[in-house]
Amino acid sequence: MFEKLILNSKIGLFLAFRQIKRSSWWTTGLIVFVMVLTFLNLVVVSGILVGLIEGSISAWHKQYTGDIIISSLANKDYIENSPNIVNLLKNIPDINQVSVRFNKGVILEANYQTKKTSDKSNTASAQLIGINPDKENQLTGLAGHVTEGSYLNSSDYDQVLIGNFLLKQYVPVDNPGFSALENVGVGTKIRIILGDVIKEVTVKGILKSKVDNVSMGLFMIDSEVKNLIGRNDGNATQIAINLKQNTDPLKIKSTLILAGVNKSAKVQTYVDAQPKFLKDIIATFAMLGNALSSIGLVVAAITIFIVIFINAITRRKFIGILKGIGINGQAIEIAYIFQSMFYAILGSSIGLLIVYLGLVPLFLAHPINFPFSDGILVAPFLETLIRVGLLVFATLIAGYIPARMIVRKNTLDSILGRN
Amino acid sequence: MIQTKNLIKTFKDGDAETKVLKGIDFRAENGQFIVIMGRSGSGKSTFLYQMSLLDYPTSGQIIINGRDTSTMSSQERILFRLTQCGYVFQDYALLPELTALENVVLPLLMQGISKKTANTIAKEALTKVGLSHRFYNLPSHLSGGEQQRTSIARAIAHKPKILFADEPTANLDNESSKAILDIFQELHRQGQTIIMVTHEEQYAMLAQKIIRLDDGKIVFDTKN
Repeated sequence: MFEKLILNSKIGLFLAFRQIKRSSWWTTGLIVFVMVLTFLNLVVVSGILVGLIEGSISAWHKQYTGDIIISSLANKDYIENSPNIVNLLKNIPDINQVSVRFNKGVILEANYQTKKTSDKSNTASAQLIGINPDKENQLTGLAGHVTEGSYLNSSDYDQVLIGNFLLKQYVPVDNPGFSALENVGVGTKIRIILGDVIKEVTVKGILKSKVDNVSMGLFMIDSEVKNLIGRNDGNATQIAINLKQNTDPLKIKSTLILAGVNKSAKVQTYVDAQPKFLKDIIATFAMLGNALSSIGLVVAAITIFIVIFINAITRRKFIGILKGIGINGQAIEIAYIFQSMFYAILGSSIGLLIVYLGLVPLFLAHPINFPFSDGILVAPFLETLIRVGLLVFATLIAGYIPARMIVRKNTLDSILGRN
Repeated sequence: MIQTKNLIKTFKDGDAETKVLKGIDFRAENGQFIVIMGRSGSGKSTFLYQMSLLDYPTSGQIIINGRDTSTMSSQERILFRLTQCGYVFQDYALLPELTALENVVLPLLMQGISKKTANTIAKEALTKVGLSHRFYNLPSHLSGGEQQRTSIARAIAHKPKILFADEPTANLDNESSKAILDIFQELHRQGQTIIMVTHEEQYAMLAQKIIRLDDGKIVFDTKN
């Protein structure tokens, strides 16, 4: 039984190889081209969908949370014993960078000097974030997001960096529930209003980012913010942490929990800290990606079915001759299976080269400019290989069915072209 | 030895029935060269298809070397065609994507013969039919006579017990036809059983036995 299968496979390979070798290069090229497109449809469409969110997650991770973020408990405005926690972090060798932040919701006002009593106030709500400019820049590369003006240094006491979405000229849509400052640019003086406390500051730079915490934040040096919000005990609102390469954030999270940090603060990895809407979108897009991939797979299977069916129909006479001279039907079926596999594997291989040598580096270098993220192409190699496997399996079945249909026909009818 | 008993073949087309073979009793001994003649539509090709197990008779028996073929499974029939018989088709029936050598090698490989041995046997068979210079040519690059000789090489390479030929010279010019008949005569001299269908009277003279069919019945059975 097994020997017979081996023999039939050898004959199938013999026939398939010669049929492909001596078939029209145009036809083979066209079939392989269709398979390449099918493969790209299978990998790229869902990859871009996932990449769109992955870009957002990656930006959230790199530009704001770091690998781990410690933040105040739900019922607190700050992290108790923050200085002790910071000291603890200094003693954990796998930690690379730490940035301590002091946050507070504030109102910003501009053009107050020229405003008439009857004029509408030029105000916006913002999150004031007190930072150590050097440490924050090391952790999140914040300086790289300054598109106008310049970054803060530790002696910029009355100066701020303002997120672009707090400025009218950068807000793409006029949202009735959202206000932004008008006529504000680098060098403009604005007021920070926190209850009864008002502080006048100068805009030193404008930050452009697709992470809301940056694009809707007002960054100032930490000592100034602490004075403004009256928090001189050193208790911070957030502590962002970057780990050394190849360190598992979960491991450090466990270390921090073991040390009792979770009693006074929330300890989250960047995955835990993802906003719920992002998690929901990931799940939705993954489902959408899988649905689109399934359709792609069905299209691929139908394509191969049609190709092999037409091939087998037009070669029906020769299939009859093969059976007539004593070639086993299984060997003929295997020949068509090998042909289908050839088209699928060659198409997928070319597709793999296009994806990994072309599209992935291209999208990394030039991400798609979506409003809320820089979309990249996400194509994890193992997942892609699974898709290749699925594609090959689907085409194998799609190649086998029409071959079997034709092989089962009466030998003499096939030779004579009778129905 | 091949024998048919009351062999009947009927074709159905809707309600209409056409009886092509009407109870043929026939016997061929090993080593005989038999020619089946008859005008177009007399049933001679249909008769050959039944004997070579390419088709199933409606009723009657075909006995080959003592075995009633009606008891054979489809796999056994394929195996019979592969190992026991050779078939030369009127239109050569070569596989267009295989070279002359590959066309001959293929059934040998199917028998489990190693590629090296199969190549040697196939080359010998092609040389025997005068095609030693055409091993690597595709059928499309061969003349009609060369294609038919390739077909014969394929049919005889595995030394079949019976060689069936269905009007092997019908599409050939006189010179090529003579060359094909010379090969058949040589094979017959070497002891090959040959059953050939033809409508050309001059070639019938080469056979030991002539069967003439008319309207699905044997009307003439004689020995030369």
